[in-house]
Amino acid sequence: MATFNVQVTIENKPGISDPEGDTILNDLVLKGTHKTVSKIKTAKMLKFTIKEKNKKTAESKIQEICDELRIYNPVVSKITVAVFDA
Amino acid sequence: MKVGVVVFPGSNCDRDMYHVLTDVFNLDAQYYWHEKSLPKNIDAVILPGGFSYGDRLRAGVIAAHSPIIKDIQKMAEKGIPILGVCNGFQILVESGLLPGVLLKNESLNFMCEWTNLIVENNKTPFTNQFKLHDRIPIPIANGEGRYYVDDDTLKQLKKKNQIVFRYSQVVNGSSNRIAGVCNQAGNVVGMMPHPERAVESEINPVDNKPSSLIFESLMVKMGVVN
Repeated sequence: MATFNVQVTIENKPGISDPEGDTILNDLVLKGTHKTVSKIKTAKMLKFTIKEKNKKTAESKIQEICDELRIYNPVVSKITVAVFDA
Repeated sequence: MKVGVVVFPGSNCDRDMYHVLTDVFNLDAQYYWHEKSLPKNIDAVILPGGFSYGDRLRAGVIAAHSPIIKDIQKMAEKGIPILGVCNGFQILVESGLLPGVLLKNESLNFMCEWTNLIVENNKTPFTNQFKLHDRIPIPIANGEGRYYVDDDTLKQLKKKNQIVFRYSQVVNGSSNRIAGVCNQAGNVVGMMPHPERAVESEINPVDNKPSSLIFESLMVKMGVVN
């Protein structure tokens, strides 16, 4: 068994409005001199530390936990799972 | 008639609800801690408002895993009237007892104000004393109250008559201005506004009678005469 750090990013699915991201873009970034930015999306990240056999089992275990416990709401959100060596 | 008021860590409208049930409508109400089970002889269950688990992760999602939810699911299948108010609505949605999801208000603000509801379904145990499209002046108090469903689900909700309350005007960006929905059977109802804060004339500056009909509907459904 090895220890892995797993980052789970929870963000809105495409088409679900993100007023916080829009506000940061329109009322902060684009009001300055940074005109090349076209999109900002807010997200929540959970950082897990987990003991598993390998990266693959760590990823599938975390995905299973997120699905089973509704860590994200599949109606409006999606997750991306990234695994790193601890 | 015995009404259970479920208490989660962080519930803060449980006492208001209990007060209204017992002092205003003379019902036999009892608190049930979320780790306990519900007795078999209970006639209705109310999940009150508040901030269960401090809204951590997402409003209602952690409470939706509480042991008592399994009992509530069984009661829902049996047709027992269940009402979720505000955080109670969020918990019912997160536990899969009601469709949709409640997102942060479009303004991103915590909204505490009087709204007007329109009754869209007067067949539920909590709305049977209303006429269709009756108006209810009632307060909201939430940060995550924007009801969202996709277009296909919205069509289904309309078809199955699951939209119970709509706001009379745009309040927080909810899909179709929805403020409350029910399950397909109609016995499980969730609503964001707070009827327990609107049934007494002392604290309702507009009209307390419409909100009272929510509780009177339940009493009629259960055959209670006060």
